[in-house]
Amino acid sequence: MAAVTLLSTRDLGRRFGGLLAVSAVNFALDRGEIRAVIGPNGAGKTTFVSLIAGRLPPSSGRITFRDEDITDLPAFKRVRRGIAYAFQITSIFAKLSVLENVALAAQGRSGRPRDVLDRVGLAGRADQIAGTLSYGHQRLLEMAMVLALDPQLLILDEPTQGLSDSEIANFVELVRSIAGQATVLLIEHNMQVVMDLAHRITVFDQGRILAEGTPAEIRADPAVRSAYLGSG
Amino acid sequence: MSSTHGRVIALHLGVVLLLFALQFVVGEYMRLSLTRIMLFAIFAMGYNLLYGYTGLLSLGHAMFFAVGLYVAALGTTLAGLSAPTAFVAAIAVGALFSLTIGIVALRASGVAFMIVTLMFSQAAFLTVLYFGNYTRGDEGIVISESIRRFSFAGLPVDLTDPVTRYNLALALLMLAMMTCLAIVRSSIGHVLVAIRENETRTEMLGYDVTRYKLFALVVSGTLSALSGAAYALMFAYAGSTLASIQYSIHPLLWTLLGGAATILGPLLGTAVMFALVDLASGFTNANLLAVGVVLIVLVLFFPKGILGTIRERWLPWLP
Amino acid sequence: MSFGPHLLLAILEGTVAAAVLALTALGLSLVFGVMRVVNVAHGEFYMLGAMVAWWLSRLVPAHPAAGFALALVGAPIAVGAVALATERLVLRRLNYEPEATIVATIGLLFVIQQLALTVFGADAKPVSAPFNFRIVFPWFGYSGYKLFVVAASAVVLLAAWWVLARTRFGLIMRATQYDSETAAAFGIPVDKVYAAVFVTGAALAALAAVLLVPIQQAHYLMGLDPLLMSFIVVIIGGLGSIKGSVIAAIVIGMSDGIISVFFSPTLASILGTLLVALVLVVRPQGLFGVPVR
Repeated sequence: MAAVTLLSTRDLGRRFGGLLAVSAVNFALDRGEIRAVIGPNGAGKTTFVSLIAGRLPPSSGRITFRDEDITDLPAFKRVRRGIAYAFQITSIFAKLSVLENVALAAQGRSGRPRDVLDRVGLAGRADQIAGTLSYGHQRLLEMAMVLALDPQLLILDEPTQGLSDSEIANFVELVRSIAGQATVLLIEHNMQVVMDLAHRITVFDQGRILAEGTPAEIRADPAVRSAYLGSG
Repeated sequence: MSSTHGRVIALHLGVVLLLFALQFVVGEYMRLSLTRIMLFAIFAMGYNLLYGYTGLLSLGHAMFFAVGLYVAALGTTLAGLSAPTAFVAAIAVGALFSLTIGIVALRASGVAFMIVTLMFSQAAFLTVLYFGNYTRGDEGIVISESIRRFSFAGLPVDLTDPVTRYNLALALLMLAMMTCLAIVRSSIGHVLVAIRENETRTEMLGYDVTRYKLFALVVSGTLSALSGAAYALMFAYAGSTLASIQYSIHPLLWTLLGGAATILGPLLGTAVMFALVDLASGFTNANLLAVGVVLIVLVLFFPKGILGTIRERWLPWLP
Repeated sequence: MSFGPHLLLAILEGTVAAAVLALTALGLSLVFGVMRVVNVAHGEFYMLGAMVAWWLSRLVPAHPAAGFALALVGAPIAVGAVALATERLVLRRLNYEPEATIVATIGLLFVIQQLALTVFGADAKPVSAPFNFRIVFPWFGYSGYKLFVVAASAVVLLAAWWVLARTRFGLIMRATQYDSETAAAFGIPVDKVYAAVFVTGAALAALAAVLLVPIQQAHYLMGLDPLLMSFIVVIIGGLGSIKGSVIAAIVIGMSDGIISVFFSPTLASILGTLLVALVLVVRPQGLFGVPVR
């Protein structure tokens, strides 16, 4: 079956004053794949996905999503077009209940909140105040919220950070089940998760794409090795 | 949820009925005070929609009140409009003004937004002074009795009559209360609260945050203008003090005291503050001193205000 | 008087206004720059400085110069003490949270203003200048004292710059402004720095008032205009940028002075406030400031 390009960037770049955080990135993501973005700290991964989500305007380049140029589209419109973003630092409504959190995300699609809570395993905590959840459960809540958006592209920024082993295993299962309906782009430092989940891996270093390929190819790539070893 | 719905309606209806009944048991002075309190409570409720529910602190709401005040006053005295027409005109101009200010001011956020609203309000106040030939500055515009006695839909209305004023003010308060209640309990209201709680997340759930904020600001400003217009027509006076920074701080104070993000909080806060000032003026002329002290104490020790604290401890269903 | 001399007079008046404004605004700018809080009561510290100056000068009625010297030292100290009390009792308890601080300092504004009204009364209080020296131009005489004010202000501004740029204390302040968390990690007592900065800001405002009060009388409402003007300066000049504030004070003080002479002071204020609002809308960090994260 021919691969359909869901998202692509051409010459995407972003500078902060003198610093070129992302530069000349040509990236393409196929529908239905799970793509991991890895790289040393400061390589520009979060900046890159922020550009895609619309949280930052690019300094140069174009972004295309579902055959539409979304470069000038504000973030909230991109969400409506099907891009959902889960933050590196969990961003939920701490003073509202779990159900209210998901209901806000579901925006009137009836039945969705309960469905999605079932899926992530938080159905029993629907009336609990979100701020009182454990860290791992808050992460799950955020997953539930982005799922409630019915996204075509799910961007996850370091989703397993701070989770216990069992929570990580849980998470991997969840992402596998999502991959049928949505394309997943995830930034990860946990190599085990990356190798388990990713169809393909994109390696960032110093704002540019260093290498791209299947897990096996990346594992064997000498440039990737030296980038990781070199940054210590 | 329907039991909550019932309780909410009962509570608010009860307050309205209580206020209605009060006029038969209080003396003239109290009745006059209550009329004032009810009108200012509308102002505070409008303010609360923006501050308490949406989380935007405006330091310039006096300008919205002043627009209503002066359009009503100048409309009747200079432009020869009838009182009802001037009232409607004041509300319309208030809405338009709020929209304009909102479109510009909402491009700033946080502290910048506070200062922008403060500056616009200050400019408005100074403009009132600058055109002192028309606005009579501090001395103010006095609206004659003949203007305040008019006929509406065939019925005679006499705004110089305390009973008429009281009940009209109550009716307007009820209108404001119902409007705020409806908004707050609707999906729009939920989004406003979401914006207050976590604006970034709300945006990243696909909501056009700026449009929601603008909505809140326009409703807020329009209610404030309504309050100003009613004040001018009922109390026959439009003076520049009512456009000064004091009247930007008052609704903030009344809202904080009564409980931000509660519907009845602004009403309670206005009433308590009026009572406090009445008490204090037995000792000192400086009612603003009371304002200052209460503000500091509130912010330090009771940021949730009276009803906010009650809601937290005992009545979580209080809107 | 024809246009030329009129313009010269306006420029002189503008310079005096700019000098006083620069000192007042510097205090506000320092506080916002280092502590990231807006002190709405800043104008009241200014007013208090003027009131204390008047009170102190009355202790030595026969010698205006002595009274002035006394005020020059005493007023900043007295106002600094009030500022310290505020910082300890209120600001610190609020953790310098921006919104809460603004509300609290609004309350403080009313408290100080009304207490001044109660204690000092509603009438304007004159203070005599320490010396009466007139500079005679061909078209008009000009008060030598006003020129002294400009000189004194310049000296204080230079001293402030020197402290910030050349001393250890200044270095600590700048470090705290730049990144208070890292500064704390390096052992800088951030709390004490904040207290020192807040007190300094208030003292500078008081000092400006002492300089101004022989020209303009002391009055319990006199704090509102300097507050507004300082806001304008700090925002146009850039929240947290000292250099920007000084430049903006000069530009704004001059234009305000000139417009006030040729047109009306009210119009000048209207234009000033609208300008601030528009600058903030377009560039929330002010004209020269660094974007606040």
